[in-house]
Amino acid sequence: MNADDESAPTLAAPRGGASVAWGGAAPPAARRRFLGRVAASIAALSVGGCDRLSQTNWFPKMLGSAETLNGRLARAVTGHEAMAQEFPPADITPNFRSNGTAVPDNPRYAALAANGFRDYALEVTGLVAKPARFTLAELQSMPSRTQITRHDCVEGWSAIGQWQGARLSALLDVVQPARSARFVVFHCADPMEEGRTAPYYESIGMDDAYHVQTILAYALNGAPLPIKNGAPIRLRVERQLGYKHAKYVMRLELVESFVNIRGGQGGYWEDQGYQWYAGI
Amino acid sequence: MNDSAHPAIPAISGVVRDTRTRVRRHTLAVRVMHWINVVALALMLMSGLAIFNAHPALYWGDSSYTARGPWLEIGARDDANGNPIGYTRVFGHEFTTSGVLGLSTDDGRMYAQAFPSWLTVPSHLWLALARSWHFFFAWVLVLNGLAFVVYTFASRHLTRDLLPTRSDVAGIGRSIVDHLRLRHATGEAATRYNVLQKIAYLVVVFVLLPLIVLMGLGMSPRLDTLFGGWVDWFGGRQSVRSIHFIVAWLLVAFVLIHVFELLVNGPWNHLRAMITGWYRVPQERGHER
Repeated sequence: MNADDESAPTLAAPRGGASVAWGGAAPPAARRRFLGRVAASIAALSVGGCDRLSQTNWFPKMLGSAETLNGRLARAVTGHEAMAQEFPPADITPNFRSNGTAVPDNPRYAALAANGFRDYALEVTGLVAKPARFTLAELQSMPSRTQITRHDCVEGWSAIGQWQGARLSALLDVVQPARSARFVVFHCADPMEEGRTAPYYESIGMDDAYHVQTILAYALNGAPLPIKNGAPIRLRVERQLGYKHAKYVMRLELVESFVNIRGGQGGYWEDQGYQWYAGI
Repeated sequence: MNDSAHPAIPAISGVVRDTRTRVRRHTLAVRVMHWINVVALALMLMSGLAIFNAHPALYWGDSSYTARGPWLEIGARDDANGNPIGYTRVFGHEFTTSGVLGLSTDDGRMYAQAFPSWLTVPSHLWLALARSWHFFFAWVLVLNGLAFVVYTFASRHLTRDLLPTRSDVAGIGRSIVDHLRLRHATGEAATRYNVLQKIAYLVVVFVLLPLIVLMGLGMSPRLDTLFGGWVDWFGGRQSVRSIHFIVAWLLVAFVLIHVFELLVNGPWNHLRAMITGWYRVPQERGHER
């Protein structure tokens, strides 16, 4: 963002013929021009002022504190076990929209995909008693859940899909998180920036990790998860917005804090200023 | 119109000075809450339009991707000659809206953005920060609104000033005609809100503002779990988003009418009344000037 972008929009003053002065009053065209300039200055001051505030350090922080409060309140009001709405099969969106990465620009991922993900294994590391690797077949044989839910993007759109996947709670029961583990971090295969840098990542709290509807999805609408939607594994964390639902998940890491991971905000978009808690 | 003769205006408890009657029109509490509301509503609208710009289309139902498609869409595309135009599509009818919607110009530079920079906070597409502004001032709006509702009941502002009386209701037809002819109240009648004004304020405070807040909450994937499927009572999440948008513009329409009525009924007098509390009661026609 550039502070200079907000120069006052120039209001074209009406160009009439010769202006006639009546009884000493300002000619109408001149008065209109003056009023136009006043209006433009007020608009520029207020909008420009908002932009200047947006560029300070303290102001966005203050604004963000309200979002943190909103998140706490929303969770407190609804309770831990609250279930996201589920839909009948008739409501399924025929071609589930792909957003963000459609094909990860990553040679290692491309090799896995070429082989139908037969060599894929989900790694689980960090604060667990039993670090482990799960092949796709192993994940598919774990306790699963199938759910038809609505995906809500932070941009505003929604789509409905049927997801099938291993329950994250079942996987956590196998690896046994340490008491100190507070977050599950999802490391993904899709680079988000030029030069194959900044792979996508996300994180969720243990309340969402153990929620019944939180699954590592391997199927969409009854078919293997397409690459554009996150094959072979994507997270479904149904009570939060779309950017939390990490695609192309390669590794889970259980941590006590994510401040030392990448930008320190707990996710790729969080590092760009989006809220970590995306239930609003 | 009021028929009581000037200068005997028994209903007014104000002072008479230079044959002009001044009354305390607005209490300090109402004035403070009014101006907080002005700031909060303006910022909610502008940050809301910035959020809308991230996906400038509205739908009906749960999903955005049904055979129906969006009922409202704002965007930019090339016309038949390859020149960029801004368009607004409403129920399948396309209007060219270059310069205002879809495509705008700033300092001679064209940019594609649904609502133009001068209407949004932040001015350029920056969804994360627009959400921060929106959710912060939502608290200001809601707490101020709750304070106002408590105040109207506790101070009896509601029953004394806002609820239409029986004679108000009987005179509603005449009030509509008076408004259309831009005839404003004088004397004792000018010290009270007229019936259309009362109805407008009640609808804004008790219908539109609660509805827009509820529709905002309905877009939260967490709050829609509160009790099963309540968002579907309003047609689904995308319908809720549409209603949120429509109510925002109904509030804008209210503000435009509100300001228009102010302009034709003595803007400085009303503005002063909302700042200092003092209002000069306009006298009967023929007595003035």
